[in-house]
Amino acid sequence: MKTRTARTLADNDLALYRLMLKIRLAEERIVALYPSDKIQSPVHLSVGQEAVAAGVCLALATDDHLHGTYRGHGVYIAKGGDLGRMFAELYGKDTGCARGRGGSMHLAAPEVGLVGCSAIVAGLIPVATGDALAAQMQGSPRVVCSFFGDGAVDEGVFYESVNFAVLKGLPIVYVCENNGYAIHSRVPDRHKQTDLFRLTEGLGLRGSRHDGNDARVVFKTMSRAVAAARRGKGPVLLEYMTNRWHEHVGPGTDFQEAYRHPKDRTRAAQNDPLRIMEAALKRRGAARLDAVAAEIGREIDAAVAFAESSPFPPVESLLAGLYAESR
Amino acid sequence: MKTKRLNYGQAIHAALAHAMEKDPAVFLMGIGVDDHKAVFGTTKGFVGRFGRKRVFDTPISEGAMTGIAVGAALGGMKPVHIHIRADFLYLAMDQLINNAAKWSAMSGGRASVPLVIRAVIGRSWGQGAQHSQSPQSLLMNVPGLKVAMPTTPADAQGLLLAAIEDPNPVVLLEHRLLYDIVGDVPDPPVAVPFGRAVVRRAGSDLTIVAGAHMAIESLKAAEFLAKHGVSAEIVDPVTLVPLDRAGILHSLAKTGRLLVVDSGWTTCGASAEIAALAAEQGFDSLTAPVRRLGMQPTVCPVSKPLEQAFYPSAKTIAAEAFSMLGRAFPDAPAPELTNAFKGPF
Repeated sequence: MKTRTARTLADNDLALYRLMLKIRLAEERIVALYPSDKIQSPVHLSVGQEAVAAGVCLALATDDHLHGTYRGHGVYIAKGGDLGRMFAELYGKDTGCARGRGGSMHLAAPEVGLVGCSAIVAGLIPVATGDALAAQMQGSPRVVCSFFGDGAVDEGVFYESVNFAVLKGLPIVYVCENNGYAIHSRVPDRHKQTDLFRLTEGLGLRGSRHDGNDARVVFKTMSRAVAAARRGKGPVLLEYMTNRWHEHVGPGTDFQEAYRHPKDRTRAAQNDPLRIMEAALKRRGAARLDAVAAEIGREIDAAVAFAESSPFPPVESLLAGLYAESR
Repeated sequence: MKTKRLNYGQAIHAALAHAMEKDPAVFLMGIGVDDHKAVFGTTKGFVGRFGRKRVFDTPISEGAMTGIAVGAALGGMKPVHIHIRADFLYLAMDQLINNAAKWSAMSGGRASVPLVIRAVIGRSWGQGAQHSQSPQSLLMNVPGLKVAMPTTPADAQGLLLAAIEDPNPVVLLEHRLLYDIVGDVPDPPVAVPFGRAVVRRAGSDLTIVAGAHMAIESLKAAEFLAKHGVSAEIVDPVTLVPLDRAGILHSLAKTGRLLVVDSGWTTCGASAEIAALAAEQGFDSLTAPVRRLGMQPTVCPVSKPLEQAFYPSAKTIAAEAFSMLGRAFPDAPAPELTNAFKGPF
C-alpha cells in the first residue's frame, strides 16, 4: 500500500492549494481553448468546486480507488492523473488517458486509483460499491470513494447500493458534492428532504454535511471517514456544500439565467475555495504562491502542447478494444 | 476423455464447482443462490463448500447488484450473478449496457469486466408475461456483451466455464425446459469455445437454425419430417455473440433453404439477424425465401391453448418446413411439445 509521507499542516494546506489551483487553471485553459473547437467533447466544469476534489483525493492513498462522474476533471487531477493524457483525451488523441475513446466525461487513471468516470448520473455508485466488496473479499487495505453530485441521490441505485454497503460493512466513503443544481433543477424542486446527508439514515448509513469550499475541512472530514473505513468501520456519507460557477455543460457561465438563485454569483465569489486557502496560507506566511501558479501554468502549457502534437487514433483501430483479449 | 451423465442443472453445478475450486476470485451472487431451492439445484451445497462470502443472497435490487458485480469484476474478482428469471435482467439494463458492455472500449482498453450473468428463461407453463421472456436479441444489439444459449448439458457446462474464464461480460441464457435434459458431459469439466455452431442433425433439403429449447423442438420436427421424406439439417448457433456466421452459411450453401426458429420475438430479433446474414452473405445459396418462427407479436398469455399458440413448436416448425418445400402437411399425428415440467416454477 503506497501511503503519503507525513506532511506538516502547512505542507498539507499547500498541497491542497496546489491541487485546487491546478484544477482551476486547467479548466480556465479549457475555457480559453474551447472556441477553437479543438476540444470536441462536452465539458462539465468544476470551477468553484475544487476544494471537494482536492480534499477528498488528498485524503486517499494512491492505491485507494475513486469512481467519478462526467464532471471529472477535478478528481482526475487531484487523484494524480497525468495532465498531458487528460488534455490529449479531451482532444480525442490516441495518447489520451482512454485513447480518445472516453473524452471529458470518461476520464480514467487506474494507475493512480481513478477507476473511471460515467456520464450516467449515479451510474458508478453501485460499481464503486462492488469495488469495495472486492476489496473486502480480497482482504485488501484499499478504501473506495464513490464520488457523485447531488443529482445522483435522485436515482434508485443510490439507495440500493447504500443498503448493500451498510449490510456488508463495506470499506467505502460516499461523497456527495452538492452544488445545488442537477443540470438546471434545484434540490428543493426534487426533494422534500433537502438535507441530502439524512436521506439514507433509515438504511443505517451515517451522514454528515460540511463546508465544501474549505479544502481543509474536506480533507479533515474525509481523512476521518477513510481511516474508519480502512479499520473496517463500514461506510459513511459525506455531503459537501459548494457552488457551480459554470453552466451545467460548456465553457460559459449562466448566473443570469432564470433557474439560478439571484445570489448565486455573490455566493460563489464570496466562497471561492482558492481565495479561502490563499488567505489561510498567507496568514501563515507560506511560500510564494505566484511561483506555484507559474509552475502549474508551465505544466499546463506542456500538457496542451502534448495533446496538440499527439496523433489521432488510427481509423483502423475503430473496432479494437471492444472486447478484452483472453489472458 | 472421461464423461459423466448429468442433467442440465447438474452440469451447471459441476462447472461452477470446478471454477470455484480452481479460482478463489470466482464467487456467486443472486436472489436465492443460498436457499434450499438453490436455483434449480445449480448452487446446491455451495454455501457449506465455499462459504457465505463466496455464495450469497442479495437484496432484491437488480440494478445496483449488477453494478456491484461490475465493480467487483473491475476490482479483481470474477462474479457470477444469477437470475432465476431472465425478465429480471430488464431491471439491470443500465448497468449491463452502460457500464459492463462499454468499459473495455470506453476506457481505451484500460480495464475490462469479467462478469458472468446466468439468467433462466422461465417458459414452462403459465408463467405469463413477465416470467417467460427471452431477451437474447436485446442483448445481441449491444456491442460489448457476449451472449450464449446452451442447449445440452455439455454446452451448459462448457460454455459456463468458458464464460467464467472470459475477461468480458457474458450473459448465459438457460431455458427452463432444458433443465430435465440428460447428456454426457466431460469429467472433469472443460471450457467450450464461444462462436462455434453445432450441427445437431445433418440433412440436405433445408437448414433449420435454432438454439436452446427451439433446437430440441426442431430436432423432433426433423424426425417427423424425415419420416415423411424431408431431410432437415439442424444448426444450433449455441452462442449468439459471437455468432458462427460461417457455420450457418456453410449449411445454407448445402441445403439452399433457411428456416430460423428463435425463442424470442421475430421483430429485430435473433432470427432477423440470421435472416439478414443469409440475405447479405448467402443470397446466392438461397433457392427459396428465408422463413422465420418466433413468439407471436404479443405478450405471453397464461391460458394453455393461447400459450401453445404463442410459441413455435415441433408441429409448427414441421409445418413451416413442409410449406417451404411446397408440400402438404402429412396426414399423421404431429409431434407433441416435450415438457416434463410439473410446476410450480
